[in-house]
Amino acid sequence: MTDLQTTPYADMPGPGETILEVRDLAVEFRTRDGVVNAVNGITYTVAQGETLAILGESGSGKSVSAQAVMGILDIPPAVITSGEILFQGDDMLLMSEEDQRQIRGAGISMIFQDALSSLNPVFTVGFQIGEMFRTHRGTSRKEAKAKAAELMDRVRIPAARERIDDYPHQFSGGMRQRVMIAMALALDPALIIADEPTTALDVTVQAQIMQLLSDLQAETGTGLILITHDLGVVNEVADKVAVMYAGRIVEEGTVDEVFTQPAHPYTAGLMASIPLAERPGQRLNPIKGTPPNLAYIPPGCAFHPRCPMARTGKAAQPGGDCRSDLPVLREVAVGRRAACHYSEELLHG
Amino acid sequence: MGRYIARRALLAVPVLLGASFLIFALVYAIPGDPIRALAGDRPLPAAVQAQLRDDYNLNDPLLVQYGKYVLALTQGDFGTDFSGRPVRDTIEQRLPITARLAVVAIIFEAIFGLTAGIVAGLRRGSFLDSLVLVSTTIAVSIPVFVLGFIAQVTFGLNLGWFPIAGINQGWYSYILPGLVLAAASTAYVARLTRTSLAENLRNDYVRTAKAKGLKKRTIIGKHTLRNSLIPVVTFLGADFGALMAGAIVTEGVFNIPGLGRAVFDAIGRQEGAVVVGIVTLFVLVFIIFNLLVDVLYAALDPRIRYE
Amino acid sequence: MSDLRSDDDRVLDERGDDTVEAELEALTGAGQLRQSSLWGDAWRKLRRSPLFIFGAVISMVLVLMSLFPQLFTRTDPRACDLSKSRQGPSAEAWFGYDVQGCDYYANVIYGARNSITIGFTVVIGSIIIGVVLGALSGYYGGGLDTVITRLTDIMFGLPTILGAIVILTVLNQSLGRTVWTVSLALVVLGWMVPLRLLRSSVISVKGADYVSAARAMGSRSRRIIARHVLPNSTGPVLVYATIAVGSYIGAEATLSYLGIGLQLPEYSWGLQINSGQRWVRDAPHLVLFPGILLSITVLSFIIMGDALRDALDPKNR
Repeated sequence: MTDLQTTPYADMPGPGETILEVRDLAVEFRTRDGVVNAVNGITYTVAQGETLAILGESGSGKSVSAQAVMGILDIPPAVITSGEILFQGDDMLLMSEEDQRQIRGAGISMIFQDALSSLNPVFTVGFQIGEMFRTHRGTSRKEAKAKAAELMDRVRIPAARERIDDYPHQFSGGMRQRVMIAMALALDPALIIADEPTTALDVTVQAQIMQLLSDLQAETGTGLILITHDLGVVNEVADKVAVMYAGRIVEEGTVDEVFTQPAHPYTAGLMASIPLAERPGQRLNPIKGTPPNLAYIPPGCAFHPRCPMARTGKAAQPGGDCRSDLPVLREVAVGRRAACHYSEELLHG
Repeated sequence: MGRYIARRALLAVPVLLGASFLIFALVYAIPGDPIRALAGDRPLPAAVQAQLRDDYNLNDPLLVQYGKYVLALTQGDFGTDFSGRPVRDTIEQRLPITARLAVVAIIFEAIFGLTAGIVAGLRRGSFLDSLVLVSTTIAVSIPVFVLGFIAQVTFGLNLGWFPIAGINQGWYSYILPGLVLAAASTAYVARLTRTSLAENLRNDYVRTAKAKGLKKRTIIGKHTLRNSLIPVVTFLGADFGALMAGAIVTEGVFNIPGLGRAVFDAIGRQEGAVVVGIVTLFVLVFIIFNLLVDVLYAALDPRIRYE
Repeated sequence: MSDLRSDDDRVLDERGDDTVEAELEALTGAGQLRQSSLWGDAWRKLRRSPLFIFGAVISMVLVLMSLFPQLFTRTDPRACDLSKSRQGPSAEAWFGYDVQGCDYYANVIYGARNSITIGFTVVIGSIIIGVVLGALSGYYGGGLDTVITRLTDIMFGLPTILGAIVILTVLNQSLGRTVWTVSLALVVLGWMVPLRLLRSSVISVKGADYVSAARAMGSRSRRIIARHVLPNSTGPVLVYATIAVGSYIGAEATLSYLGIGLQLPEYSWGLQINSGQRWVRDAPHLVLFPGILLSITVLSFIIMGDALRDALDPKNR
């Protein structure tokens, strides 16, 4: 565990006060068939009113890291092997379970991907939203229900008052996700983590939900961590982006910079694999190969087997053999960090 | 909801008719002449025999006999046995005994099955979990009559805690047979609860409940149990009917004069009316409880209710 | 016997989805998950399961006992000496003597044959009927399916032991009381479970995307279904069969105990317990030994079935 005295963004002009700071977080799953290294030392911060997008393919460790922050990993099989999770300055990993529980939902809340399975099928939505107030504020059943109705109104569920006693399965996918958002907003948390909030939805509904999320964020000034594999979503709503690969952050920076000029070949590969309005007529160029099995992460740079720029042996710089030397996340330009031995070449050609 | 129940009830009618007809046909296929058997050694005069045959509709084709039987049944007439006693009387006298036995059994089943299942489901892989798995396997493996025997010898003869036969001591006499009758189902309830609970604990909504900052007690006791118990409660409901019909062996071992014994004795005497009447009643009870379970299921699971 | 039905539900319940597998697969990199077959995995697991080995060894011994009882006892079970009636276990007669003064150990050993024969006959018979009707019902659907499903419902409405008693009363008068009549009665009341397994398997395969795709490409869907139904339903049917052998052995003993199954001079644990129960005060071994052997037999098959189900369950892989 590296002991960072200052956080990478501490001296940068941010939108507000730092809410969450994750340092060198590592999570592994100990299964019968071996150890799966899901998260291997990641560091990031989120400030008030800021949106950090964590971008990655499935199996990159992005959801696991978010669940670790939330304290909802199943331990065991999951084990947090190192790191600190500072919420408003206090390390959540050192807190008692009871203190952690009081932050969950009230200080940090979470929106999940599949609202149908994430909501309890046998309780009404009004009850499930109201539960936030009853648990954390000791509100009465009746008052909690009234507040739930207000919230449903606020996330623009039509006829909220009539639908408060309906069950999750009676709502459409988009409306169900609004219920999840209402629940997450209930106690004005300092931070919301949205784990693939629109993946399960139709494209038109996706846009509405993202719009709603960013409107509400602007209203409340809450921090937002948006976990996604959707570059389009990142481009639209995020301020900062951290790209994850095989349990590590391989690149981070502002969305504009990372998208226009990637500093890591993986990010560059992602950009080349999707159609962008800025590049009409250009051929799509998918990344070759498949993401690594987290039980057997390749040595050196985890991306090297798929990397078009990978250098090994004599072709490599001293200490820059992609097959054996692990690239660390380092400052490659002002305000830009990437974990590649050859970022400068990518940036400056 | 109302339509759902009505549809279920409608579907139950052909099952009831079909099952009772099968039994009816089988019983009347038993070779041998019941009238002659009734007469015993002294041959009855031909005229009396003919009269009796007519009374019991024995000269009609099978389907007609069955039709007349069902018609009488809808008016609460279960027919009479050969001694002239209405089968209905036998049922009225013995049904409470069998029902009492089934009630005692279902209470044990719910208490022990649920407790064991919840403990095992919450602590999978623990010592208690293994204990539950082992003991439920054993409980399912020992046939009821062997188990009844062990119980009689151990708790009746050796320890002298319970009466080994009969129903002379009121509810107390039903404890041992109730436990024996419930054993296999209790094991099943325990396993069902365990599986259901463990499966529900893996569900996404449990993760949400955790992320909401709910107390562990609420997450398990309210969110998870409420879902996990749906299949268990419905099983318990359906099992009540099965226990009543299955009581025949237990009633034999513990010499309890219930419906099972009545039907068993009647088969030996070729008393068709008694056999068909009681078996039809069992099927009816079985179907009614299954119907109740459907209603219960709808009440417990809102996803069914609004289908 | 009521546990037979419950077992059917359990088989269906626990087949379950494979979301956890999918999750882990995503976590470990989809393409590179070691692609070992379900059966290979299951076999490897079973070999390491002490419970399965226990069940398998016991049931092998029992099958052997039923085929060659002479391997286990040299004593003729019919060579009796009335003066030894109801004597307890001793060095020369491990299980003591029965009421007629016959060697009880030999009698109990010889009892295995009828139990095992009935257990296997009923299961094979129910599976043949269930598989044929279930496949037809699931594949053709429509009126045939309705008729078969209704009939299944009706048969499920009949209480098993009561139904068996009535059927056996009919059969006993015309065909006598043999291993085959008892088996027949239990088959008549037992084919519904494998039928439901097969029917649901056929229906799920019929609706699968790859079958629609193959059909769209002009393939004979019947062949595709046949090819996929078999591996799909073999697991659940095998689990059912293993547990059912045990349950039917218990059912035979119950019927014989009630005096409606096998009758003397056949060897049957149920009969032995029935005739021994009168002497339980002074000769408890008459009930004890057949009771123990019967319970262990049922137990061994149920344990094997349980282990098999766990091994085949994709959630446990």
